[in-house]
Amino acid sequence: MQSSFRLNRRAFLQAALAATAAAGTGVACSRNQTPWRFFRLDEARCLAAICDQIVPQDQDAGASWAGVVNFIDRQLCGPYESLKTTYRQGLAGVDESSRAVYGNVFADLDSFQEIDLLQKLEQGKASGDVWKQISSSEFFGHLVDHTMQGYYGDPRHGGNREGVSWKMLGLPYPPIRGRIRIDHPEDWRR
Amino acid sequence: MGLKHVNAVVVGSGAGGGIVAKELASAGLRVVLLERGKWYTAFDDRKDDLRNQRTCVLGNSFGPDERNPRVYADASGQEHVIPSNHWAYSNNAACVGGGTLSYGAMAWRFMEDDFRLRSKYGTVAGSTLDDWPITYRDLEPYYEKAEWEIGVSGDDSNNVFRAPRRRPLPMPALPPNRDFQVLEPAAKRMGLHPFHIPMLRNSIPYNGRGACMRCRWCVGYACEVSAKCGTQNTSIPKAIETGNCELRAECIAREVMTDERGRVRGVAYYDGGGKLREQTSDLVVVSCSAVESARLLLNSKSPLFPNGLGNRYDWVGRNLQGHSYTGAAGLFEQETYDDLGPGASIAICDFNHNNPGFVAGGLLANEFLRSPYQIAALGGEGVPRWGAAHKDFMRRYFKRNMTVMGPMQEMPLFDSRVQVDPKVKDAWGIPVARISGKHHENDLKGTEYMRSKAEAWLKEAGAIKTIPFHWTYLGIPSGGQHQAGTCRMGNDPQTSVVDKSCRVHDSDNLYVIDGSVHPNNGGFNPVLTIMAIAYYASENLVNTWKGTHARG
Repeated sequence: MQSSFRLNRRAFLQAALAATAAAGTGVACSRNQTPWRFFRLDEARCLAAICDQIVPQDQDAGASWAGVVNFIDRQLCGPYESLKTTYRQGLAGVDESSRAVYGNVFADLDSFQEIDLLQKLEQGKASGDVWKQISSSEFFGHLVDHTMQGYYGDPRHGGNREGVSWKMLGLPYPPIRGRIRIDHPEDWRR
Repeated sequence: MGLKHVNAVVVGSGAGGGIVAKELASAGLRVVLLERGKWYTAFDDRKDDLRNQRTCVLGNSFGPDERNPRVYADASGQEHVIPSNHWAYSNNAACVGGGTLSYGAMAWRFMEDDFRLRSKYGTVAGSTLDDWPITYRDLEPYYEKAEWEIGVSGDDSNNVFRAPRRRPLPMPALPPNRDFQVLEPAAKRMGLHPFHIPMLRNSIPYNGRGACMRCRWCVGYACEVSAKCGTQNTSIPKAIETGNCELRAECIAREVMTDERGRVRGVAYYDGGGKLREQTSDLVVVSCSAVESARLLLNSKSPLFPNGLGNRYDWVGRNLQGHSYTGAAGLFEQETYDDLGPGASIAICDFNHNNPGFVAGGLLANEFLRSPYQIAALGGEGVPRWGAAHKDFMRRYFKRNMTVMGPMQEMPLFDSRVQVDPKVKDAWGIPVARISGKHHENDLKGTEYMRSKAEAWLKEAGAIKTIPFHWTYLGIPSGGQHQAGTCRMGNDPQTSVVDKSCRVHDSDNLYVIDGSVHPNNGGFNPVLTIMAIAYYASENLVNTWKGTHARG
């Protein structure tokens, strides 16, 4: 497992695309030729890069390996449907700001540049026309919150692959239902 | 074909209605218990940390669902149509058992002073604060009945502030968890009076159900082993066993019907198939909790009651309140996490009353167990929000934190209210609730004081850093699971909705029995008080019952 999440995100996204293409595309909620329900390939790539700064890979897996892009993609075709436009505009805005400052899309920046740009988003100081329509700090708030949900939430929603964050925190995976037999056997028996 | 006439229709099967149905059915009345939600078992609940009644970012597990929007008007007067997992919705579960299926189950008796706040503290400018028309002494036997019939474990013998009780709790406290072991000596060193929280949860086999297995899916979830005691596994099955009570789930009450003389004659509701039904009855009990009870009365308009039932003096829906929660998280050097449910275990009532500079106060207790996402979203000063530092924070502190918090008793406000929205309707075409209002400045003063006490307690317990919570949204009244106040109990029909037996002033056969009748909501989780009032009002109703109506 240690080595498997070191698969970099570009390779991961390409692998995911190949797998879906082989199985034949056509996923509900979207007609585009990608492995995603909502995102276009460039959007998913941008989002994966953002999420990997929000929860970066170190000795434990980062957000994109854990499936956070998949989590957000699923929720945008479910409970977060009302945020579709925000994500479409916001991810375009991130790349627009990135090009304006560094001459490159976000996913191709180096780590320092990425962090710098995300801090600008967070503080509402990012440049670009998109941020006149939606607030960059609000969009960044969604990105952080949804990344945390995808990384730390229940794997059934498409993130937290193999319970990676729970293992990181020292929680048993799968979870233990009911501690009394383990920690207080005397109370269980009475 | 019409439905067979019954003695009583009870609308809502939560803490109030679930008990009223059992008491009336046991006394021989024919009862129909209407519930808008489903009857879930624990196996319907997937123990999902993003989708439950506490953390509902992906939705609620026990409703209400998307067919039930509400409107909330913010401080600037702008209106928002909101779904049931929105923070301003004032969500309370829609299912058999209501909130008691998935609550944390703290079982507090209010204190004697909570029933006479106005006498104790005097008039509070800007607030409709008043004494209750009943006292703690009136309610004490019914608190006891709730504790023994529904089932409460705990040990409050160290709580020197508690109101007098005649009988101890029927079950001992669960063995202390690590929070308790750390916080108890700290509180004692500070001269405070810590004790085991009374909980509606089996600590030993009781009432034919087993003991708590101490899992961490407690508050917000249904209990897998049915050790948590709600009306769905206690009084409602007993009501049905009498043979006198029929439970109809997934039925949406549209209005309480009246005849040409103004007497209530039953309830019109949509059944599970969406068909409009009329269930006639001798009397009607509204137990839908504060927001929906007010909405049902306001939607029950007729020529004699053009502004809704019980609303002659425009008091229905007023004084909506819940609690202003406050407290702090503490970060520790040693591990404090023990994965041992239900989590909340220790409380103090040292700050419920007689505090400097403000009226009333509230209890402080440790928090229920916390999920990784909750800690990740903790926020606050000095907590890294994202990036490598966030991840380090999670690895370092996920098992080394503790939270102390509590419900600040709020000052009721005439303009914090539930109305019915003139435009927005639910999936059945019934006008939805519109929530608007604010907080009294006393709420803010009280939360600041309680927050400082929570921080002091955590620091004494060894916290190397505390993170204070600032949760009071001043532009909207509280509500949620603790919602109360919208059909106030009082002696004066011009300043209250029901009399001291929970009967609507205007009517001789319409009752409201739930948290709506609380003139104020205590510095405590209100469920045991709702249950006690349900026993108290039911007994009164049964004693005055004369076959087809209650004696005047």
